[in-house]
Amino acid sequence: MGDVQPLVRIAGLTKAFGSHVVLDGIDLDVMPGQKLSLIGPSGSGKTTLLRCVNHLEQPTGGHVLIDGQPIGVKQRGGKFVPMSSTELARMRMSIGMVFQRFNLFPHLSALQNVMIGLVKVRRQPREEAREVAMSLLGKVGIAEKADAFPDSLSGGQQQRVAIARALAMRPKLMLFDEATSALDPELVGEVLGVMRQLATEGMTMIIVTHEMRFAESVSDQVVFMADGKIVEKGPPHQIFHEPRMERTRSFLRAIDSR
Amino acid sequence: MSALELWNEIHLELLAAALASIKLALGALTIGLVLGLFLALARLSGKGWLWRATGIYIEIFRGTPALMQLFIIYFGLAAIGITFSSLQAAIIGLGLNASAYLSEVFRAGIQAVPKGQTEAALAIGMTRTQVMVWIVLPQAVRVMLAPAGNIAISLLKDTSVASLIAAPDLMLRAQDLSSQYFQPLEIYLIVGAMYFVLCFPLSLLVRAVEPDR
Amino acid sequence: MTDLFTWLPRGDLLGNILSTLLLGAGTTLMLTAASFVVALTLGFVLALMRRSPWLPLSAIARIYLEIFRNIPILTQLFILYFGLARLGITLPATVAAVLGFGLNGAAILSEVFRASINAVDRGQNEAALAIGMTPVRSFWSIILPQAFPIAIPSVGNFLVGLLKDTSLASAAAVPELAFRARMLVSETYLTSEIYLTVALIYLFLSLPIAHLAKRAERRSLPQRAA
Repeated sequence: MGDVQPLVRIAGLTKAFGSHVVLDGIDLDVMPGQKLSLIGPSGSGKTTLLRCVNHLEQPTGGHVLIDGQPIGVKQRGGKFVPMSSTELARMRMSIGMVFQRFNLFPHLSALQNVMIGLVKVRRQPREEAREVAMSLLGKVGIAEKADAFPDSLSGGQQQRVAIARALAMRPKLMLFDEATSALDPELVGEVLGVMRQLATEGMTMIIVTHEMRFAESVSDQVVFMADGKIVEKGPPHQIFHEPRMERTRSFLRAIDSR
Repeated sequence: MSALELWNEIHLELLAAALASIKLALGALTIGLVLGLFLALARLSGKGWLWRATGIYIEIFRGTPALMQLFIIYFGLAAIGITFSSLQAAIIGLGLNASAYLSEVFRAGIQAVPKGQTEAALAIGMTRTQVMVWIVLPQAVRVMLAPAGNIAISLLKDTSVASLIAAPDLMLRAQDLSSQYFQPLEIYLIVGAMYFVLCFPLSLLVRAVEPDR
Repeated sequence: MTDLFTWLPRGDLLGNILSTLLLGAGTTLMLTAASFVVALTLGFVLALMRRSPWLPLSAIARIYLEIFRNIPILTQLFILYFGLARLGITLPATVAAVLGFGLNGAAILSEVFRASINAVDRGQNEAALAIGMTPVRSFWSIILPQAFPIAIPSVGNFLVGLLKDTSLASAAAVPELAFRARMLVSETYLTSEIYLTVALIYLFLSLPIAHLAKRAERRSLPQRAA
């Protein structure tokens, strides 16, 4: 293993909404370049876990370290205090997130959606940003739709723009929150294709998904969660073909019988 | 004197007074828009005391008549040493009044923008201010236009109340002219028509930007 | 001894002020209630006229609406007063005010009613027709009862606005709250005290109306099937 430190370290993470416990003590490491898939029934907490990684959800206990640095809190004289919104924004620049509902900015064209992060956050000059954005749109295969607005794009096209938008920030880590769950079946493939391409290029990825075959083919590690806890984690071959826990087995059985 | 002859005599005065009303309305609207946005953002900041304080402000200005508000600013404050001209009092009073209504419109517009938009913007590293300015407000404006437009039209009509504290406006001029020409009905009908000519096109405009039902 | 002396006349004054203001508040409430009734009835008629397939009827309602919506209510009151005088009809100022507020309110409420009727799901009417009801029967038995709770918040809003608008009747010497306040101030010079008290009175009158409107809405909503 050597002494390469994990890109993401989740330690003792808990999250409760009032009395409802959604995450019940999660410990997980993601090494640089690793692809990790989070699977499990709805309500298992996998989306909440993902959102804790870029601090869109604030954990009630435990912490998340990105490249050794805690996110959302910082040390001040031995104590932990909440990070300022500027510091948090800066950390989020190195984490890309792709949402289930795409969340493209409807008042901006596809190109502008990708550019806005570069111009406003990375403060690049417009012309430079435009070039980078165009090449990213080309990379995800929709350069010709650069000036189209989201409401004239299909779901698959919108999601690919969303991926380009996240990539524009040159993240070290990409988070995918059920990126294909809101897509019509025939559009799922084009998005998975882009995700697969990213994976082969060496991007560190945490993927929450229901696409089991995709998870199996792309992941280095698969984590099965239920009821806020990690039930089982291991390489895809183990989880999908030789699961050790009964809970994992019954989940996979229920998925198969569709 | 027939209405037409009357119009020929006084139309210049009336038009000048109408202009005064419009300026009054614009002055108050500016205060209302700026203060209203500020109040809405304060309300949405999540701080409990701000929520309560702005809530009280809104309740007070929406729950009391504009006339009372003008009386207090013009007469009431003068009694404790703060004097405004009737015009200033009218602009301030109507402006504060409008800000209470506009702040609720702004708040509703901002809250109408789906939460996912804010999350996506935060996820690419925008600060909260950047999110508000570049992503949320541009989308909120679309929702706010029609209700804000209606408030602006009401404001224009409410300038007539300023006449009751003798602020220079169309209704005050109408009162003066009535005592000059002794034809109040014709004069007020003309004035009514003038207000209609101002407000009706504006209301059509507002309806044009309303999202279709 | 001197304390008592200075207190007594003030006590009298205070009592005088309060009782005058309360009288004014009573007139305000009466004005509001009477105008509300006029506005409700006429507004409903106008809403029905708007829905009429007969063009002249709906056009009249539409014109009425636009005229009363785009002219300040103060101007409308003045036109009414002088118009009635010109026609030789002498009405007490209060009655004329009720008429004025009622006519104006009818325009506003007609729009509220129209919007709430439209807000009732179209499928309701289709279902009613499908079981053999006539359009008229469907309107009165199915649509209207559902439009009613939808309208309540807007009607409540209107009522609060009406309460505040009655202050404009002071310009015509109707002895409601704002008028009495103005008289008292000119007599006692207690400007800020009186106007602030009056503002508070209006506040105390308007808040319960908003509250009642919310309760009425909740109570008249059809019970959801368990």
